[in-house]
Amino acid sequence: MPAPIRLRELIRTIRTARTQAEEREMIQKECAAIRSSFREEDNTYRCRNVAKLLYMHMLGYPAHFGQLECLKLIASQKFTDKRIGYLGAMLLLDERQDVHLLMTNCIKNDLNHSTQYVQGLALCTLGCMGSSEMCRDLAGEVEKLLKTSNSYLRKKAALCAVHVIRKVPELMEMFLPATKNLLSEKNHGVLHTSVVLLTEMCERSPDTLAHFRKLVPQLVRILKNLIMSGYSPEHDVSGISDPFLQVRILRLLRILGKNDDDSSEAMNDILAQVATNTETSKNVGNAILYETVLTIMDIKSESGLRVLAINILGRFLLNNDKNIRYVALTSLLKTVQTDHNAVQRHRSTIVDCLKDLDVSIKRRAMELSFALVNGNNIRGMMKELLYFLDSCDPEFKADCASGVFLAAEKYAPSKRWHIDTIMRVLTTAGSYVRDDSVPNLIQLITNSVEMHAYTVQRLYKALLDDISQQPLVQVASWCIGEYGDLLVSGQCEEEEPIQVTEDEVLDVLEGLLVSNLSTPVTRGYSLTAIMKLSTRFSSVNRIKKVVSIYGSSIDVELQQRAVEYNALFKKYDHMRPALLERMPIMEKTASNGPTEIVQTNGETEPSTVEAKHPPPVTQPTNQVRIISKNIYCIPSMTAYNKNGLKIDFTFERANPNPNIAVITIHATNSTEAEMTDFVFQAAVPKTFQLQLLSPSSNVVPALNQGTVTQVIRVLNPQKQQLRMRIKLTYTHKGSAVQDLAEVNNFPPQSWQ
Amino acid sequence: MFIVVLCDCLSLPPTPSSHLFIHISCFVIPSFQMQFMLLFSRQGKLRLQKWYVPLSDKEKKKITRELVQTVLARKPKMCSFLEWRDLKIVYKRYASLYFCCAIEDQDNELITLEIIHRYVELLDKYFGSVCELDIIFNFEKAYFILDEFLLGGEAQETSKKNVLKAIEQADLLQEDAKDAETSRSMLEEIGLM
Repeated sequence: MPAPIRLRELIRTIRTARTQAEEREMIQKECAAIRSSFREEDNTYRCRNVAKLLYMHMLGYPAHFGQLECLKLIASQKFTDKRIGYLGAMLLLDERQDVHLLMTNCIKNDLNHSTQYVQGLALCTLGCMGSSEMCRDLAGEVEKLLKTSNSYLRKKAALCAVHVIRKVPELMEMFLPATKNLLSEKNHGVLHTSVVLLTEMCERSPDTLAHFRKLVPQLVRILKNLIMSGYSPEHDVSGISDPFLQVRILRLLRILGKNDDDSSEAMNDILAQVATNTETSKNVGNAILYETVLTIMDIKSESGLRVLAINILGRFLLNNDKNIRYVALTSLLKTVQTDHNAVQRHRSTIVDCLKDLDVSIKRRAMELSFALVNGNNIRGMMKELLYFLDSCDPEFKADCASGVFLAAEKYAPSKRWHIDTIMRVLTTAGSYVRDDSVPNLIQLITNSVEMHAYTVQRLYKALLDDISQQPLVQVASWCIGEYGDLLVSGQCEEEEPIQVTEDEVLDVLEGLLVSNLSTPVTRGYSLTAIMKLSTRFSSVNRIKKVVSIYGSSIDVELQQRAVEYNALFKKYDHMRPALLERMPIMEKTASNGPTEIVQTNGETEPSTVEAKHPPPVTQPTNQVRIISKNIYCIPSMTAYNKNGLKIDFTFERANPNPNIAVITIHATNSTEAEMTDFVFQAAVPKTFQLQLLSPSSNVVPALNQGTVTQVIRVLNPQKQQLRMRIKLTYTHKGSAVQDLAEVNNFPPQSWQ
Repeated sequence: MFIVVLCDCLSLPPTPSSHLFIHISCFVIPSFQMQFMLLFSRQGKLRLQKWYVPLSDKEKKKITRELVQTVLARKPKMCSFLEWRDLKIVYKRYASLYFCCAIEDQDNELITLEIIHRYVELLDKYFGSVCELDIIFNFEKAYFILDEFLLGGEAQETSKKNVLKAIEQADLLQEDAKDAETSRSMLEEIGLM
């Protein structure tokens, strides 16, 4: 049997293949050879064969038949074998297969090997892919190595311990004693990995965090030495001494200083020092500054330091390096709530970033811009944001339009300005506007009584230009139906009134009915508008004709409307004026789903009770038919029930945005002692966004004598399944209680 | 991976209109970890894959395919970071190779760029002006170097010198073992063993 070809030989051969088919053939041939070699239990060439298999695996070919061979290599005494064996294990095995457990014993032996490089291989593999079972079995060995004086092994053991803790959090306790003098190490590798280990422990357990707060002075000293020390070639990166270690220390300080005045004070000086002295010409310096800023913002730093941090971010925004600008915008977004005024000072720079070429930067700039809009800057900001809306990519338009509407509603300096802004959005980004904006806008327009003439005129003119953008067309149709009389009588005060006849208006509306661009919903709007004009215009005959034509429309919706309107003309003409009267001011309905605003004027006939399906599109108010209120009933649920504390969730849909679920938590306490300092916190997966409003109280009375309520708003634009992790802390009978729980039993209606 | 944003707004008033766009995070469950590192060519061929989270082969292939496509579609003027699924991707191109790391929400993107750079420097020192061919023909060495620099997605050694020294020693160990073996088999052949 000739010796199997060498690895490099194989690579060379495979690379000569000119087609995928040729490559596949070569691979298959070689795999067959390797398989038979494995079958013969050939020890000499096993290593070579597995290496080749790993190469072919990287090309995308199956290599599972080599898994056991990796284990045999690991068990071999030869270092070469072990090296490839462990590499193979990390590439081919994973914890889902039971096979991986066979490694455990080998790893255990190798952790105690006489050669440190073999021990290193074992630690690396365990720390990279060890399953929970393996971690449980081998934690003791790792702990032993964490106490060794061999820095090569100690640093690896520390990171291995991090992995063990991540996999089996309960094992964290056993590593605590070994951490005692980790920070007194001189070796940077050990220091770095120790800081990582301490960070992991502090994040997982508030008690451990409290315990390690005493390390703050030591960490500050180490950081100081790094900054003050002279040039150290071994750890230098562009003139900065061990930036990796600096960043990790800053991160640990952040965690230790959070919510703790003393620790925060102790690190104040060093943070200021790092913030002012770090060289900013290269990325590495900025990486440290970035971490410093994050730390300053998270701990209880004094205001001067916070301003310094925001200013650093402000300078980042002006940096030529787009990566730095991106990072700055991300951080500013995080701090805009707590340090609003400081961030406002950089508003103009942020707005400039809207013009950046990079998509991610643009998105962040947009989000941040909306966050900064207030009553004082609304005019200027809106100008920039509308300009952005005009020119941005389609992926931004929907969010931007929604943001503009919200901001305009909140801060509009005048009704005229408000209507103009809405018009601008509808005409420039009309097809991207969310469907639920239409009823909102209609309500807004209806309630701006003095602007009716101006609004209908502008909308009419917009329709003349373009009838393709459905939200615009729908709003325009509605307005023309309502205020068409103002349009033809030329009553506009705000601008030059246009001259338009009743026939011209009806032409436009009828045009919408027949146009291919109009959706069925739009057609419904325009037919109703035409009907309403029968009490506002004199050309009633024309309208009667249109209505009767559509009485035989294929579209059932249109047909029904037409038939009913026809009936109005024929049998109920005396009621027609009253029914089609101008809409009164509408009050914004409180939540409870996509309700349709029910309006009835006098009796209605025939009583067509129409059950509407849930959104995306809600119909406008229509006085002829009674449209039943569609209360979106979402059942309530118990999210948590333990140790006498019960938390129920009740749901509402926030109108008008169906993507927001409004959850009210109701906390009750069945024990005989009250629960004080009650704090409810919640976390959701990243595709969601969450807002928690203030609770009704911090005390849950005993024996179910009262309820603490709190409102959560969850934005779920991707309509993903809602999941939540909740954290409860309270004091009960003198002792502090804390619990974490997952909530997965949300009813589908709450997120669909 | 369950990335969470924890929100406790007891002390903050309900936010105004633009709350839809704000990420509020006052308390965060740990999410500092490099999940994986990929090296691939401009044609999308994978040259190295290091996974620090358990995923099936199928999932790895899917992620690789999608991510490679996404990164290759980026224009040169764009920044080195992008959001992908619920991760942050940090990538940098060196000659014909893309180095691509997936980090979690709270990680520092800028220092990840330095990590990538350090790895490239190590490869460069080891191979002497490294090029893609070196990594193709010596992929196992590229892995060995990576495994001496990072462990579980974190840097285990911040001194370039020490990483290279360790690799050197391990290589020697490999050579010694091989020498011992060849000399043994030679001796066996001539009947002296």
